[in-house]
Amino acid sequence: MKTFATALAPHISTPRRVQRVMAEVLLALLPGAALQLWTYGPGHAFQLVLALVFGLALETALSRLRPAPLNPAGDFSAAVTAALFALSLAPLAPWWVSAFGMFVALGVAKHAYGGLGANLFNPAMVGCAFVLVAFPHAATTWPAYTLGLAETAGAIFLAGPGITWDTLSSATPLDVARQLGAQGLRMPEIYSSPLYADSRAGAGPWIALAYTLGGLYLLWRRIIGWQAPVGVIAGTVLMTLPFWLLDAERHASPLQQLGSGGLMLAAWFVATDPVSGCTSPRGRLIFGAGVAVLTLIIRRWGTFPDGVAFAVLLMNALAPLIDRATRPRIYGRNHA
Amino acid sequence: MSLHRIHGGLAAAALPHAGEPAAVRPCPLPRRLYLPLTETDGGPLYCRVSPGQQVRRGEALAHAADALATILPAPTSGCIVAIQDHALARSDGSLAPHLVLEPDGRDEPLLLPPMADWAQADPQQLRRRLAEAGVIGLGGAGFATAQKLARPVSTLILNGAECEPYISCDQALLQERAADVVAGAGLLARIAGARQIIIALQDRMLAAADALRAALVNVPGITLAQVPTVYPQGGERQLIEVLCGREVPAGSWPVDIGIAVQNVATAAAAWRAVALGEAMTTRLISLAGRGVVSGGVFEVRIGATIATLIEAAGGYAPDAARLVLGGPLMGISLPHDEVALTRTSNAILVLAAAELRPPAPEQACIRCGDCATACPVRLQPQELLRLLRADDAEGAADLGLAECIECGCCAFVCPAQIPLVDIYRQAKTAQAIARTARTRADQARERYRARGQRLAREQAEKVARVAARRDALAQEQAAANLPTPATADAAPVPAARMDKSAVLAAIARGKAKRTNANGPRAGAPQSPGETS
Repeated sequence: MKTFATALAPHISTPRRVQRVMAEVLLALLPGAALQLWTYGPGHAFQLVLALVFGLALETALSRLRPAPLNPAGDFSAAVTAALFALSLAPLAPWWVSAFGMFVALGVAKHAYGGLGANLFNPAMVGCAFVLVAFPHAATTWPAYTLGLAETAGAIFLAGPGITWDTLSSATPLDVARQLGAQGLRMPEIYSSPLYADSRAGAGPWIALAYTLGGLYLLWRRIIGWQAPVGVIAGTVLMTLPFWLLDAERHASPLQQLGSGGLMLAAWFVATDPVSGCTSPRGRLIFGAGVAVLTLIIRRWGTFPDGVAFAVLLMNALAPLIDRATRPRIYGRNHA
Repeated sequence: MSLHRIHGGLAAAALPHAGEPAAVRPCPLPRRLYLPLTETDGGPLYCRVSPGQQVRRGEALAHAADALATILPAPTSGCIVAIQDHALARSDGSLAPHLVLEPDGRDEPLLLPPMADWAQADPQQLRRRLAEAGVIGLGGAGFATAQKLARPVSTLILNGAECEPYISCDQALLQERAADVVAGAGLLARIAGARQIIIALQDRMLAAADALRAALVNVPGITLAQVPTVYPQGGERQLIEVLCGREVPAGSWPVDIGIAVQNVATAAAAWRAVALGEAMTTRLISLAGRGVVSGGVFEVRIGATIATLIEAAGGYAPDAARLVLGGPLMGISLPHDEVALTRTSNAILVLAAAELRPPAPEQACIRCGDCATACPVRLQPQELLRLLRADDAEGAADLGLAECIECGCCAFVCPAQIPLVDIYRQAKTAQAIARTARTRADQARERYRARGQRLAREQAEKVARVAARRDALAQEQAAANLPTPATADAAPVPAARMDKSAVLAAIARGKAKRTNANGPRAGAPQSPGETS
């Protein structure tokens, strides 16, 4: 008689693991990150390193503090949070912005809520929103011209409160468009203004495209569903197309909206966050559309340069309700 | 025919699949056969033989509790040597009484009279035959076939779409004995009164499809459906969804919507039972996995142990790590190979360590929803998990815990290695136990209340009787008092007489109804006239 150890079914499983999912998300961020580096100089490289160092240190410390850490720090989820935070941040934001942001992201938004899987809000977006609100100037320091390594390091590590960045900072394309729009300029005039060109507006669509490329990779690997990104894109188009068609001189085109700010990064990498987003297919569509609509509203009427982080957080708060309302019908129930 | 899609499931690409099986191989008759005296679902089988008795192949050893008393046929001729505890097909290695049959090697059959005219026979008579031949569902659940076909249906589906990956016994059967299956389809359709007959198999089973097409050449009215190879499309409810586009309502059975699903092997066995008079004494079993030297499909005598089958396949490979009865997603992991194969054992897997899911620690749920995407019943497993971890049984019931078919897709795809299906299985068991306990408590309470009422009623009746007797005695005495005042020694006389009559009455009553547990009591009727 040969004996065997017993176990519960199923006896086989997919090789996919949380670590691998997170690692692939990091991989998919690479094209967009690279293009951002190429456009804005080495600032984002510093931001990425800073956020990763702070993030992994915090994750390790906080996991140790918890009574029963379910996930040792090795699941890369903190790395994903750090990367998303760093890429959403202005490249020349001082180091302490990153430190504060990561602390709020991981300490408050993630571990205070119960760690991976239990957070209601997307940690990276909470971090972003916090630094945008707390340090509106420092967190939005985009370089007016491509800085060298030493200059970048100087700006990030030496700049403190009281030092002005005005000499080297510029507004983002969205800022410029809003300011000029407020002055009564029409879209073609805005697009041809030197201020707009200085804000590297031309690179925006390419960066958006690079993130889309990464997102398509995740879609192909079946790590994300199509619903949330399609929701964002469809929401943006539906919101902006009518205005643009009515008066292209006063309103940005849908493509312009999709190509600026962090909307595509959010569409593929933030709205698809499983923990804080929706899980039902229809819910994900609604979630994505909500992110788009709220982002556009904040862009149009808000005071912040981009509203993506706030839009995502607002939708995070609604996600459980949306999931509840869009639960699929169970087999054999209420069926003729 | 146009097919419909089920939600989720696991596509063929995600799973290891057996290729086209080679020819069915024989499994030699072992020295002893072990036959559990319980049905697959744990219901009892009533033994009809005793140790020392000689039996022939096909003879009834026991029968089930269903209305037609479907029998357990002797798998071969020989001697019942014992009724003893033997391991059941359970992970915990629990024992239960088994009949032990020692074959005499002659394999002498006790054939039932063949019914050549089955196409004209009365369905009731055919059902009786299936019960007499011990035909039960070979797909896994093991329902008595005659019982399952008791109610008429409009559509009969023969399921040849293997229930799980690795398993290829039905595929082999279709390749080699398609004619039996087709004949069986006609037979079962006649019994159930079905007008539409569909034989379903997976689209990857090309040789089986060819064999079936050849067998169907001169047989009108049977549709061949090739369903995509998606697990768990071989499940009864899922197959109905794919073929008919209909769902079996929660809490109902397929027969409630006029559909009967039978395994292809069941159909072939039913036909052999009716047309040839053969009882169900063998079945095809798929032996697979890298832990066995030479797997394949074997024709195995019911009651043979797994060890016998493994031996026929050349033994274990050195890295055999897990023994599973059934498929890789729902199969039961067994502690040893002395377990006997029954009529419902469709596959044995011997998995090598490399094939198993690595025993990694469970991680936190990241709500990725892969489980919800994979769930064929459209449950939200991640929500169920959250509710069950919070002990919210009511919420879990709301979210369809009872509808979970335990296919294991959720646990298969979970990147956090959460044993989702185990959690649901346990919760369902716990809820069933709680339900039973509640029912029992309700019954006990009801009994207690009824007993209280009965005692109160009897007490009241007794009081009334005593009062009536007292009145009667008082009247009698009042009448007798006047002529005879000295009653000191006269009083015992009626009392003695009454005692005697009470005893006589009790005896009479006892004779009349021997079963009456509430027999004579103190204060029982005092005169024969009151006994009724």
